[in-house]
Amino acid sequence: MSYLEYTVKTAPSGFRKILFLNWALVMLLIAVSGAGFLMLYSVAGGSFSPWAEPQMKRFAMGLVLMVIVAMVPIWFWRNISVVAYSVSLVLLVLVEVMGSVGMGAQRWIDLGFMRLQPSELMKITLVMILAAYYDWLPMHKTSRPLWVIIPAFLILLPTALVLRQPDLGTSILLITGGAMVMFMASVHWAYFTAVIGAVGGLVVAVFQSRGTAWQLLKDYQYRRIDTFLDPSSDPLGAGYHITQSKIALGSGGWTGRGFMQGTQSRLNFLPEKHTDFIFTTLAEEFGFLGGAFLLGLYALILLFCIAAAMANRDRFSALLILGISATFFLFFSVNMSMVMGMAPVVGVPLPLVSYGGSAMLVLMIAFGLIQSAHVHRPR
Amino acid sequence: MRRTPTESIESHGRISRRSLLMGSAQLGFIGLLGLRMRHLQVNQAEQFRLLAEENRINIRLIPPARGEIFDRNGVLIAENEPSYRITIVREDAGDVDTLIARLSELIELDDTSLNRAMTEMRRSPPFLPITIADRVSWEEVSRVAVNAPALPGVTPEVGLSRRYPMSEDFAHVIGYVGPVSDYDLSRIEDPDQLLRIPRFQIGKVGLEAKREEFLRGKAGAKRVEVNALGRVMRELDRREGQQGADLQLTIDHQLQAYTQARLGDESAAAVVIDCQNGDILSICSSPSYDPNLFVRGISVADYKELTGNKYRPLANKTVQGTYPPGSTFKMVTALAALEVGVVDANDTVWCPGHLEVSNRRFHCWKRAGHGHMDLNKALRESCDVYFYDLARQVGIDKITSMANRLGLGIRHDLPMSAVAQGLTPTKDWKQQVRGADWVVGDTVNASIGQGFVLASPMQLALMTARIASGKAVTPRLIKSINGAENAAEAIPPVDINLNHLRQVQQAMYAVSNNRRGTAYRSRVIEDGYRMAGKTGTSQVRNISAAERRAGVFRNKDLPWERRDHALFVNFAPYGNPRVAVAVVVEHGGGGSTAAAPIGRDITLQALYGGMPPLSAYPNKDRAHIKEQQDRIRRIMPDRNGIREGRA
Repeated sequence: MSYLEYTVKTAPSGFRKILFLNWALVMLLIAVSGAGFLMLYSVAGGSFSPWAEPQMKRFAMGLVLMVIVAMVPIWFWRNISVVAYSVSLVLLVLVEVMGSVGMGAQRWIDLGFMRLQPSELMKITLVMILAAYYDWLPMHKTSRPLWVIIPAFLILLPTALVLRQPDLGTSILLITGGAMVMFMASVHWAYFTAVIGAVGGLVVAVFQSRGTAWQLLKDYQYRRIDTFLDPSSDPLGAGYHITQSKIALGSGGWTGRGFMQGTQSRLNFLPEKHTDFIFTTLAEEFGFLGGAFLLGLYALILLFCIAAAMANRDRFSALLILGISATFFLFFSVNMSMVMGMAPVVGVPLPLVSYGGSAMLVLMIAFGLIQSAHVHRPR
Repeated sequence: MRRTPTESIESHGRISRRSLLMGSAQLGFIGLLGLRMRHLQVNQAEQFRLLAEENRINIRLIPPARGEIFDRNGVLIAENEPSYRITIVREDAGDVDTLIARLSELIELDDTSLNRAMTEMRRSPPFLPITIADRVSWEEVSRVAVNAPALPGVTPEVGLSRRYPMSEDFAHVIGYVGPVSDYDLSRIEDPDQLLRIPRFQIGKVGLEAKREEFLRGKAGAKRVEVNALGRVMRELDRREGQQGADLQLTIDHQLQAYTQARLGDESAAAVVIDCQNGDILSICSSPSYDPNLFVRGISVADYKELTGNKYRPLANKTVQGTYPPGSTFKMVTALAALEVGVVDANDTVWCPGHLEVSNRRFHCWKRAGHGHMDLNKALRESCDVYFYDLARQVGIDKITSMANRLGLGIRHDLPMSAVAQGLTPTKDWKQQVRGADWVVGDTVNASIGQGFVLASPMQLALMTARIASGKAVTPRLIKSINGAENAAEAIPPVDINLNHLRQVQQAMYAVSNNRRGTAYRSRVIEDGYRMAGKTGTSQVRNISAAERRAGVFRNKDLPWERRDHALFVNFAPYGNPRVAVAVVVEHGGGGSTAAAPIGRDITLQALYGGMPPLSAYPNKDRAHIKEQQDRIRRIMPDRNGIREGRA
């Protein structure tokens, strides 16, 4: 097993591990979340309740969780990745069977103290199992069809379950995130070309099936795609979100209207202002400079992750870091594309900034994994 | 399995290459996002900022307070009172059903308005407030306000609503207001934005509708900042509108109330006009209805009751109802004959009880005949044959001309609904409408106000006023607008020989004061208040030959709708005429018994400006007049329009 690559003796031990955390990354996470608190404070009309305060508490909890996860040796995480993936899968099936219905989609299991979204968990465990798989797989087999079908199956199984909920945003995230891990693991180019071609075919099928008995998406999903393609067609209906979001964003200008001065978001023209559309508030109040600053922070997080991955000679660790950072990238790029009218409204939150419990915690655990990989890297 | 060092190095190398590729792709996409952001926020900023302003700022109309209506003494007849209503914004409410269930525990919600609200709610966008309960009491409003946290989306609002404190008394004059309907919008070409306000109240009937342009006022506007739900966050600026003009009527509310009470349950109409200037002092149609019911939105049951009533409470019989004037028309025939000169006041006609005209026998109401009749006697005793004979010589054209000069057959300009023209027939009219030639018999019928002649009670009062004063007065209902006198032009004299008028006036005096006069029983004995009148009994049926042979049925043996109309016109005081009165009691029987007593009471009430002393009445009437006065006094408002028992 490849963990023998680690020279355990060179890895720091005990509380000294804290010193070996990737502190730059931690600072970046705090900065991004800080921007989130600020915006949640603003959209609540200058109040810590109902969003900013719980979000801060959750972030603090997330930081602790991150450190705890980072303290656990990375090989432990690799060894339990099959279990973690299986548990997530079972939970996904469970929401399918008995999850409470919320927002027209069955997405969470009520644990009492929090609502667990298994699909959030799946985003991480999928990356874990894929990384473990390619760590286990001899390199020369990577591009063989049989050995490509297995990870493809691992990706498609949860994707299908999530799509049934239905949660288009997360399924896109899962499928693209998984594909990115496969790409990093050096699967041959041809497969990706083939899949992209197939997806093109599927898109055609989706549109062709519309209105027939076997249509592939729900009506509201079709409408969202319609209005994405032409937001002005239905400015008060489904196109409303995109139009209003663009108006809010656009009215920000270079420097924005100033903190707490964003009329569009404060006056509720923005839908889901504290979750999916929180970026528009930031962009309206702090303008292009504020938006670019946040985008810059995200880019830095990505860069630090890639640097950490390249500095890590362990195959599992590198793939895990890259996979998680790719998922992170997908999160914010899909969200931003959405609010800027470049993608249909699919319901993907802005990582670390949007209000939301399980997303934040899962993300912090994921960064804990990155930290663990970083701390326990072969030296 | 254990990787060889070479494999490890190769793995690391490959991952590094691919992650560099992936990293650059990701950064490239981030760059793209940045560019898009720059495009939206910098290049298109102006355009979006404009859109944002449009989003945020909303222009709201401020409905003006509707003009109030006063009687000639400044007593309120139509006022605006604050009314509280409870509105629901569906979008804020969440589950509307549970909300309404909770609300119904606090206030009374009736099913009809609830159903209406639910329909309205389904039809309108979710952010519009829908009225769920109208005219709720202050107590209920505070109950809702206290429980506001448990009632999301529910807001108590205050507005102005019309109220008619005089209730029935002015229903036919003022009419009522109601919310603008789709029908109104399609019917009236009025660009006024106010009409687009949901449930904005406009005049529907009567003065409220006819003088809508004065009463409505001009809309103000305010610019408000709204949120996406349309909820007002704050007001930016406002431009006050202009309140509707206040109207003062010529009507005296006390006389109006008296008249209405005196008509009682009869299907009747009465009009009191100032002889000298045409001011309408009282104009009542009975039975009446409560206009407040319509403002609140009348219930189906109430409405059915009004429309199903055979006395037609909704009809304004004073101007809309037209009746054969019967013998009250005889003054017209007399004046026409005097003018043409076919007869002198002293010329006599022999009345044998009937007159043969072109082989048709026309009967006098007195089958035995009146004997020798001159003008004074003929009017006094209402001899039909005398007027048959005159009319035959005068011809219909002269009679119609006289009738028109006295205000009959003319649509007077009154701000009331459905003012009727009445009918003074001509030969052309009959040719056009009936397609038949005019025959002498038609003239004979017209001479006693039967046949084709139709007049409204208001026209009859006006006719009497013109006969009494010799002035061509026109009816006036609005005394002043916003305090500015609605000045009447100088009133020209009526185009009739004054001597002839005097002769007719004398005859009318005899009707009321001569022992043989048809209205002698309804005389006034107080000098200076004596009346001059004319009774009328107009047939609403043809008496068949069989009936005539069998002997004419007495009125009370007939079903109500076939009985004769009772009419009475008069002016007073004789010699110094101040008021002219016309009374029509539908199917009331004889004019002298059914209409004249009412005419006398109303006249005295008008002349005395209150309950007349019993001394004005003949001795034998005093007992029942006293009883009647006591009864009416209990339901009359005082000088300030306040009724006993009402706060």
